[in-house]
Amino acid sequence: MREKLENIQEQGIEEIQSTTNLKELEALRVKYLGKKGEITQILRGMGKLPAEERPIIGELANKVRERITKELVQSKEALDAKALEKKLSEEAIDVTMPGSKMPLGSIHPLRQSVENLEEIFISMGFKVVEGPEIETVENNFDALNAPKNHPSRDLSDTFYITEDLVLRTQTSPVQIRVMKETKPPIRVISPGRCFRNDTPDATHSPMFHQLEGLVIDKNITLGDLKGTLEVFAKSFFGAHTQTKFRPHHFPFTEPSAEMDITCFKCGGKGCSMCKGSGWIELLGAGMVHPNVLEYCGIDSEKYSGFAFGMGIDRITMAKHDIDDIRLFFENDQRFLQQFR
Amino acid sequence: MLGPKKWLENYVNIDIDAYDLRDRMTMSGSNVENIRNLSKNFKGVVIGKVEKIVPHENADKLVVVTIDIGTKNLQIVTGATNFKEKDYVPVALEGATLAGGLVIEKGELRGKVSEGMMCSHEELGISKSLIPENMKEGLWILEGQYEPGVPFDRSLALDDQILEFEITPNRPDCLNMIGLAREVAATLKTDLHYPEVKLRESAEKTEEMVTIKIDDPQGCHRYIGRILKNVKVKPSPDWLQVLLMKAGVRPINNIVDATNYVMLEYGQPLHAFDLKKIPSKKIVVKKAGEKETFRTLDNVDRKLHPQTTMITDGNKPLAIAGVMGGLDSEVDENTAEILLESANFDADRIRETSKFLNLRTEASSRFEKGVDKEVALTAINRVSQLIQTLTDCEVLEGAIDEYPAPYHPSTIELRVLKVNQLLGTRFTSEEIEKILSSLEINVVNNGDILKVTPPSFRGDLVKEVDYIEEVARIFGYDEIPSTMPEATITVGGVNPSTKVENLLKTALKAQGLYEVLTYSFVSPKSVSKIGIPYDSPLQKIIQLRNPLGEETSAMRTTLMPSMMEVLERNYKKGNATMMAFEIGRTFSKTPDGKMPLEKLKLVIGMYGEEEDFYRIKGSIEEMLKSLKIVKLDFVKEPHHPTFHPGRCANIFSQGNLLGTFGEVHPTVTENYGMENRCYLAELDFEEILEQGILTKKYQPLPKYPSILRDIAIVLRDHIEIAEIEKIFEPYLEGILESYELFDVYQGDQIDKGYKSIAYSLIYRDFDKTLKEKEVNEVHEQILKNLEENIGASLR
Repeated sequence: MREKLENIQEQGIEEIQSTTNLKELEALRVKYLGKKGEITQILRGMGKLPAEERPIIGELANKVRERITKELVQSKEALDAKALEKKLSEEAIDVTMPGSKMPLGSIHPLRQSVENLEEIFISMGFKVVEGPEIETVENNFDALNAPKNHPSRDLSDTFYITEDLVLRTQTSPVQIRVMKETKPPIRVISPGRCFRNDTPDATHSPMFHQLEGLVIDKNITLGDLKGTLEVFAKSFFGAHTQTKFRPHHFPFTEPSAEMDITCFKCGGKGCSMCKGSGWIELLGAGMVHPNVLEYCGIDSEKYSGFAFGMGIDRITMAKHDIDDIRLFFENDQRFLQQFR
Repeated sequence: MLGPKKWLENYVNIDIDAYDLRDRMTMSGSNVENIRNLSKNFKGVVIGKVEKIVPHENADKLVVVTIDIGTKNLQIVTGATNFKEKDYVPVALEGATLAGGLVIEKGELRGKVSEGMMCSHEELGISKSLIPENMKEGLWILEGQYEPGVPFDRSLALDDQILEFEITPNRPDCLNMIGLAREVAATLKTDLHYPEVKLRESAEKTEEMVTIKIDDPQGCHRYIGRILKNVKVKPSPDWLQVLLMKAGVRPINNIVDATNYVMLEYGQPLHAFDLKKIPSKKIVVKKAGEKETFRTLDNVDRKLHPQTTMITDGNKPLAIAGVMGGLDSEVDENTAEILLESANFDADRIRETSKFLNLRTEASSRFEKGVDKEVALTAINRVSQLIQTLTDCEVLEGAIDEYPAPYHPSTIELRVLKVNQLLGTRFTSEEIEKILSSLEINVVNNGDILKVTPPSFRGDLVKEVDYIEEVARIFGYDEIPSTMPEATITVGGVNPSTKVENLLKTALKAQGLYEVLTYSFVSPKSVSKIGIPYDSPLQKIIQLRNPLGEETSAMRTTLMPSMMEVLERNYKKGNATMMAFEIGRTFSKTPDGKMPLEKLKLVIGMYGEEEDFYRIKGSIEEMLKSLKIVKLDFVKEPHHPTFHPGRCANIFSQGNLLGTFGEVHPTVTENYGMENRCYLAELDFEEILEQGILTKKYQPLPKYPSILRDIAIVLRDHIEIAEIEKIFEPYLEGILESYELFDVYQGDQIDKGYKSIAYSLIYRDFDKTLKEKEVNEVHEQILKNLEENIGASLR
């Protein structure tokens, strides 16, 4: 009996270890441990044994059963691991094949610039407002202190709809609308489309975009104008950006200035973009002319303010190295794609 | 405005180089756009004296010249003909590089050695338009005598740098050398030296020779006349010719050149009449008659506007005031007696005249911008002095000066406090006084308040702020400390419309659509191009009075034509697919005819292999989800002329029309030269804004399991999906949570004229676990409804 059990154990281990698949292993489990299995048979035949041998053989039989069970479990684990490994290896793919895409569209580069500009000014407490594209001559010129005979009023410069209505040539009339409707303190920017009677070429477009800014409050100074626009320039073009304010002339501001920034292509060393000067003209600005304030019903003795305006198309072209303004309005997918 | 540095140095000491001067001037408000270095065109060019000219043995059109260049004589072969022996000419020596890049080498011309080149103006970089008439074809023949061999540029003051100033329209006083020099002096904090004007007058009196009368005082503010006798008209000396050319004016003869010189120096346009050609010896300034014509000195007969101010001899016109003189009274080579005019004409009137005649001259453009009334007398004396120096003529005693309304400056108060308040500075009244005085502003310093009076040439100084700007710019904008506005806290942000816009754009971008920007103006024909009939309100388009062209002559009433053009352009450039959108304004007339109405619209356009009606529909649905606009009704629209009659729908939300979309009608696509299918949608942005929800409320997540039931039904194929869903809809109030179409089948398995539709229905009770029985009950009802209402049978 003992010998028999020992043989079973020996043979079982050998058979289990040499199995190569789960099916065989299951068959071996049935063969040894099943209801009609060899160990079960022996345990059933225990009754025929003398009483003193029974516990000994019983213990041995249990040990053999445990040993074989253990062997079965181990072998199953090994086979499982092997099977998984095989499956995974079969599932290997070419990772260099192109990905399947949910293609992304894009926001127009000019609108991206507007969003960036808005973000900066909003963080400085500015509200974004809008005005109509068709403006009155009054708001576009008269209220902005433009002399009656100013050449910008000519048909060769401005698109007219009637004698009193034009396509706005600048976003500045939004200043007038805001000042007429709102009491100071005022802090607004206004991006939008503008129109001038220019034949399209690489640097001109009859439609272009500006961003206007206006701050009106008590004790606003030229120093504040400088400070605000310096902060803006550094946030938009990078912390290393330097600014330069040059006196200039606009009818609706006095004093007036133009702000140059260090060329963002060469960093101020001088290159083709800045025509060797190291500086790029960025925007026009100035202290709101008292005539304009008074026109809008704001007491120029009590309040002062500054305004600024910049060409979004030009800034965007410079930022992205775009050499032809017409690309913005051709809307070729291959162009737009580059700004995803 | 061209400012030759050497010319400016006549009036102000400039101890910095041209580049530093540029930077300083730019920062004080006179922007310098460019600096031209003249010397580079004259390297290796010396003055030569023509000693001998002999014909070339082998060539009829060439001569062999012996020319003295100081150290030796050179032999030069030339084809030029406008010179003679003893003439002084520029000679480019061997090794010289000329303006056009030509390098001078020793050479042979038809067997004769040529050791350099005698030069024309053009070869030395002088622009064609500046070359005196008699030297247009030929060499530059100098008027004066020189030591042969001296460098050409140095002898003629051409070793100069020319600063190109950008003069803003408020500063016409800077359109002359003294004005620029005045700015230089103020900027460099140094003194300005005016030229000394001294005349030798003869005994004969001007007023005994001529009379001057102004009959049009609105058009002519001042008229001064002077008479010169025994003048000799001839070419100007080299220095004068060179000065004029440096300032961009062509030399003509000594008389005209002298008037131009003084115009450039003082900014006062001047005119010289041949007095012999004015037999009446009268000058009457008056308006032109009706239907008058006049021949100007460029030999053109010009029809005059009756408002034109004319200089006449009492009857006959002599000149168009401030614009151009007449041919009949022009100075010519035989002129001996000259009547000089130094006048001040009204800016607006000159502008109108110049515009009416379409004739702009140096004089008219100066008068348009504004000329100092006070400078007229100095200028006429200065030009008389100059002509006297040039031709040794007689200057008659006295000037006739008709000046009906002399200039009166207005004095205003400038508050020190206001200066500092506006600039954010701490100037004292003395500092302010010093700056303003340097600009010739008269200042009476009363401590807190300065009484300031502008000089006559500064018409732009009117208000307190105008003076404040002067203080700021001469002090230097960069010297003013940068600050941030004192804190009144304002809340920044975009308006709701922009928020909605951004949400929609983000949703469309995520679905692969490109944002495009197209012109607000279109061709008026574009509306018809998308099939819209002529009686549609969309055809009531606002036209521009002065468009660039037909293509951009009307304000769009719909964005669809612009989008079709975008698709067309992409299609024609070979892009296989294009999906795009634009949010832009449309424009329509209002009943009162005043401000037009501007309405934002959203347009979507697409074409491509994978694009179809359901793709654009899906894009719209997904986009609107970002605003929680989810309950949409799609109603077939078979009548919209832009669209395929069987593939077009109107979109409604809460009964409000949001817009229309569908497949573009094939004839419309054809209008754009496309052979593929295109899809368009145009939505009313303001309606979307109205319906959209920006703040999204949380719906608790279900705690109990759902039960899924699929149904497959067969029904007549003309029945729209919307009909089926209308039956599901009321059950959403109960335990039906959602339904989803997952299959539509037509084909062999189904009778002709029928289709098979499969839906997944999800049932759930929010408060408890559903029992099979409850679901069965509702499900049965739904099936029954489907059968009874739309004749669906279970498959």
